[in-house]
Amino acid sequence: MKKFDTKVQYLKYKVLREVAREAWAGRLPQTAFDIPKTIVPGTQPTMRCCVYKERAILGERVKIAMGGDPRNENVIQVIDIACDECPMGGYEVTSACRGCLAHRCEDVCKRGAISFDHNHVAHIDKSKCVECGMCAKVCPYSAIHNYIRPCERACKVKAISMDESKAAHIDNDKCIACGACVYQCPFGAITDKSYILQIIDMLKGSIGNTKYKTYAIVAPSISSQFTYAKLGQVITGIKRLGFFTVIEAALGADMVAKAESKELAEHGFLTSSCCPAFVNYIQKNFPDLEKYISGNLSPMATISKYLKDKEPDCKIVFIGPCTAKKMEVQREEVKQYVDAVMTFEELQALIDSRDIDLTALEEGVLDNASYFGRIFARSGGLADAVAQGLKEQNLDFDLKACSCDGIEECRIALLKKSKNVLDANFIEGMACVGGCIGGAGCLTHGEKNKAEVDKYGREAYEKTISDALSVLK
Amino acid sequence: MKITICIGSSCHVHGSRPVVEQIQQLVEDNGLQDKVELASTFCMGRCREGVCVTVDGEFHSVKPDSVGEFFDTYVLGAL
Repeated sequence: MKKFDTKVQYLKYKVLREVAREAWAGRLPQTAFDIPKTIVPGTQPTMRCCVYKERAILGERVKIAMGGDPRNENVIQVIDIACDECPMGGYEVTSACRGCLAHRCEDVCKRGAISFDHNHVAHIDKSKCVECGMCAKVCPYSAIHNYIRPCERACKVKAISMDESKAAHIDNDKCIACGACVYQCPFGAITDKSYILQIIDMLKGSIGNTKYKTYAIVAPSISSQFTYAKLGQVITGIKRLGFFTVIEAALGADMVAKAESKELAEHGFLTSSCCPAFVNYIQKNFPDLEKYISGNLSPMATISKYLKDKEPDCKIVFIGPCTAKKMEVQREEVKQYVDAVMTFEELQALIDSRDIDLTALEEGVLDNASYFGRIFARSGGLADAVAQGLKEQNLDFDLKACSCDGIEECRIALLKKSKNVLDANFIEGMACVGGCIGGAGCLTHGEKNKAEVDKYGREAYEKTISDALSVLK
Repeated sequence: MKITICIGSSCHVHGSRPVVEQIQQLVEDNGLQDKVELASTFCMGRCREGVCVTVDGEFHSVKPDSVGEFFDTYVLGAL
């Protein structure tokens, strides 16, 4: 059964799995240098020019799987030797140009950047071109191509450029750790740091949850992942890793929905605060709008706070689709509640490092939250939950939500708000297209994922936010 | 007296919400707010016996339809 979208994810997974195996066995860091050869044995290269380069890159992957470069504060890191230095010349005429007579490209170019050689083949004068792309649009042969690096194309906050050696470089002042580049780089040259070693240490140190308890908080998008097994089996698998129990982050989402709807009715305008990449985006690009960010912690941090308040010595690991959560837990107001974050990719690696066959396990139960808490995982869900929160609390407020699906839409809504022309009083901001189900740490990103989340929502034992929250005190 | 009710997934599905609501109501009806402290937890490790409830650390398996009996015997009876 297919576990990953791409071979890059599979490679990353193999490294994480081997690192985890060595960690469980207590052989790190001594055996770390042997892992590349375990993954690429023999003398024949399988991905790059030679086995030595493959192993050198795997060596870098091992380092990132073990926490990455401590001198770089960003959780997203470039592996410079893995970067293939993709061409990035912008718009260029390819050999598909047939030297036609119409010259629509010339006609549409307002800058006069297009000229023709003696074969009537078009050429672009780079000193005049402003990369508007009109020529590419009108060419009947699609002969004009925009050479832009996949990482740069993926990075909607424009944090990626080229360094002196032509490798990708991330500007940490602009990066919001959304992970879009991690998922899009075809060579796997950008990756998120892993904290699985801390997590394995936590699980080992709990001595079977007797010394302290380690809780797993799972994001609702888990319902669209691990599709080769049943969700209940995944829950049992997480417990087999040594977690005391598994709790839905969606219960934190219910708590947030209740508080946020009240806050919205009081303030009259808010942006959501659930997506750490979106919050970071506002702080870095629209500092004047920071005052509108909801004061609520994210669902992850809210449910973790609830647990830590009751049991201060417990450990909490969040498992989700998100690389930006790894950045969120470094924030002062969050790190006291959440001890570590791992992605679904990393969870898969941990499960396989213990040779746990999910499909052979009995089904556990996961049921804490309401329908509304669960649908936070997809674009539009948060706004639906806030509408429900207003209704359940009899708050007289006419919600006009603007659900932004992906950072581009967030940018447009925030820009409108900054000019006071936004026709909405609530911005639901999700940095990933589709919402959390589009997160970079997902194993798979499919068409069906939204339907899976909605189905999971409908299966919730509790149908309203108030019912889900009535057991908490 | 401290009554802890499990609200973890398994107990939730076995009916921890009606159990919590009934116990809250009974505490109020009997005017025991000062004497009884209600708390929740996410797992007691005895999921098959849910809804799991402890009274001052002593374990009880309570179903939504046996709350009255449980309350009479182990709460009112012990106070």
